[in-house]
Amino acid sequence: MKNNEPVIAVRGLTKRFGDFTAVDGISFEVGRGEIFGFLGANGAGKTTAMRMLCGLSRPTAGEGVVAGCDIASDYEGIKRRIGYMSQRFSLYTCLTVTENLRLFATIYGLGSKEFSIRSAELYRWLGMEPMKDSLVGSLPVGWKQKLAFAAATIHRPEIVFLDEPTGGVDPVTRRKFWELIYKAASDGMTVFVTTHYLDEAEYCDRVSIMVDGRVKALDSPRNLKARYGAETMDEVFRIVAKEAQRTD
Amino acid sequence: MGIFLSLVNKEALHILRDRRTMLITLLMPLALLLLFGFAISTEVNNVRVVVALDGHSDQTREVIDQLRANEYLSFSGIVPATEAEAVIRRGDADAALVMRQDKGILERQIVVDAANPIVGRSAAAYLQGMMAGSADSPVLTTTLYNPQLKSAYNFVPGIMGMIFILICAIMTSVSIVSEKENGTMDLLLVSPVRPRSIIFGKLVPYFLLSCVILAIMLVVAYTLLEIPFSASVGLVIALSLLYIVLSLSVGLLVSALVDTQLSALIVSAVLFMLPVIMLSGMIFPIENMPVILQWLSSVIPARWYISAMRKLMIQQVGIAEILQEVAILAAMTALLLVAAVRKSNRKS
Repeated sequence: MKNNEPVIAVRGLTKRFGDFTAVDGISFEVGRGEIFGFLGANGAGKTTAMRMLCGLSRPTAGEGVVAGCDIASDYEGIKRRIGYMSQRFSLYTCLTVTENLRLFATIYGLGSKEFSIRSAELYRWLGMEPMKDSLVGSLPVGWKQKLAFAAATIHRPEIVFLDEPTGGVDPVTRRKFWELIYKAASDGMTVFVTTHYLDEAEYCDRVSIMVDGRVKALDSPRNLKARYGAETMDEVFRIVAKEAQRTD
Repeated sequence: MGIFLSLVNKEALHILRDRRTMLITLLMPLALLLLFGFAISTEVNNVRVVVALDGHSDQTREVIDQLRANEYLSFSGIVPATEAEAVIRRGDADAALVMRQDKGILERQIVVDAANPIVGRSAAAYLQGMMAGSADSPVLTTTLYNPQLKSAYNFVPGIMGMIFILICAIMTSVSIVSEKENGTMDLLLVSPVRPRSIIFGKLVPYFLLSCVILAIMLVVAYTLLEIPFSASVGLVIALSLLYIVLSLSVGLLVSALVDTQLSALIVSAVLFMLPVIMLSGMIFPIENMPVILQWLSSVIPARWYISAMRKLMIQQVGIAEILQEVAILAAMTALLLVAAVRKSNRKS
C-alpha cells in the first residue's frame, strides 16, 4: 500500500519555551498508509511535537511538510487535511451520536448529502446503527472511543493523529480498536499514534522513541528488537529511555 | 448549516438539554424579583410607640389620636412619664413619646430604641413628621419619582445588574472552561474552524438566553411590580443589551485566564458577583461608603448600570441624563472585549 512519497516529512523541528527546549531538532518521515507509533516517556516532548505537526503550535526552528502543507506557514491547510482524536475520546456528551458526527462533518466542510452517505457507512462499519440517537454521555467507554475515531476520520483525512487513543480501556476493547486502525490504514489513511502501551507498539509499521526532546530510535519493531537484542518492545523502550534526564 | 451556525446549535442544545441549569437560570431572576419586590423591604412598619405622660389635656389627646391614625406607628398604651425608658428596656415598645406640661406649654420628647439603628432612625423620623404636621404651619413634603417609597423600585435595577453578571459571566466562563477540561476545545482548535467562530459560537447562545431573561424580568417589573411604563423602556433595553455584552466579555476573559471549571466559578463569583452585591449601590448606598470604597465601586460596571437603570426606570429621564454612565459602560465593554478576545486567541 505504501508509496515513496512521504505525507509527513520534518527536518530539525525544534520548539523552545524560554530556556527550555521541549523538542530538540527532530527529523523523520512518515509514508502514506503507514501506522507510525510515536513513543516516549511523559515529558519527552511527544505532545509538543504532535501539536506542531497538527498546526496548533509554531516551531521555533526547523521545517516540515504535513499532508503537502508547510508546518510553519500553512497550518490552516494542515487542519483541513488531518483528523485528530484526543486522549479522553472527547466528544459532546449532551449531543447524540448523530449530532456529534454531523457537527464535525460540518466543521470539516461535508455537505448534508455527503454526511448521510458517510455516516451510514460508519454506522455499518462500527455497528453503531442502534445507538445513533443515544446521547454520547450514556455510551460505554468502548463505544465512545469508536465514535471519537469516527468523528476524527469522518472527512477522510490524509493523516489521523491519535493521542493515546486507548488510555484506560480494557485489553479486548483495545484489540478491537486496533482493528479499526488497521482498516483505516489499509484504506490509505496514515495513522500517527502515541501510546503508553508498549504491546501496541508491536502493531505499528514503524516506531519512534523520543527521549529528552530528541528521537533516539526509529525503525520497525522487528529491526529495533534485533538491534537492541530485545525480546519485546517493552525491553527496547527501557534500554532506549534509560539515559533520560527529564522526568516528570 | 454553516460552521458557525452548527456551533451555535451545539451550544443551544447543550443549554436546553441541561434542564436543571435551564430551570434555575429562568426561575432565579423571577424568584429574586418577587422576593425583593414583595417580601424583603427596607421600609419600617408597625413601630410600637408608648405615650408617657403625667396628665391628659386636649393637646395630648390630639397627639394620641394622630398616633392611632398613623399607618406606620402602632399605639401601644400609656405609661407614667418616668417609666418611658423602662418600657423600652423591657422590649415592650420601640419608641416612647414623653409629654410634660410645663407652665402651660406642652414639652415633648422622643425616646427611641436604636438597638436596630434602622428602626430607631425611622421611628424618630416618623414621630417628628407626625408632630410637625400638627403644628401651625405644617411642612409640605413632596416625594418625587417614587411617591409610595416602594423599595421594589430601587431593587429591580440592582437585581438585573446582578443576574446578568451571574448568567453571562459565570455560565459563559464555566462552559468555555469545561470544553477545555473535557478536551473538546482541542478538537475544535485542530479543526479548520477559526478561533473567532469558536468564541462567538459560545457567546451568541448565551447572549440570546440573556435576552430571554431580560424580557422576563422587564415584563415582571412593569406588570407585577408596577414600575411605571414609559418611553424610557427603549433605553432600558438598549442599556441592558450593552451590559449583557459587557458581562459576556467578563465571562470570556475569565475563561481565558483559568483552566478549571471550579476556578472559573470562584473567580467569577468572588471577583464579580460579590462586588456587585456589596459595592454597586444595589443594597448599600455608595454615598455612605468610605471614600476608598467609593473609588473602588467606580470600577465596577454594575454600579454604572444600576445608577443609569434607576434614572431610566424610576425617574424616567431621557438619554441626556445617563450619558456619563453609558460612556463609562461602553468604554469598559470595549476594553474587556478587546482584552478577552486577545487573551483567548493567543496560542502557544
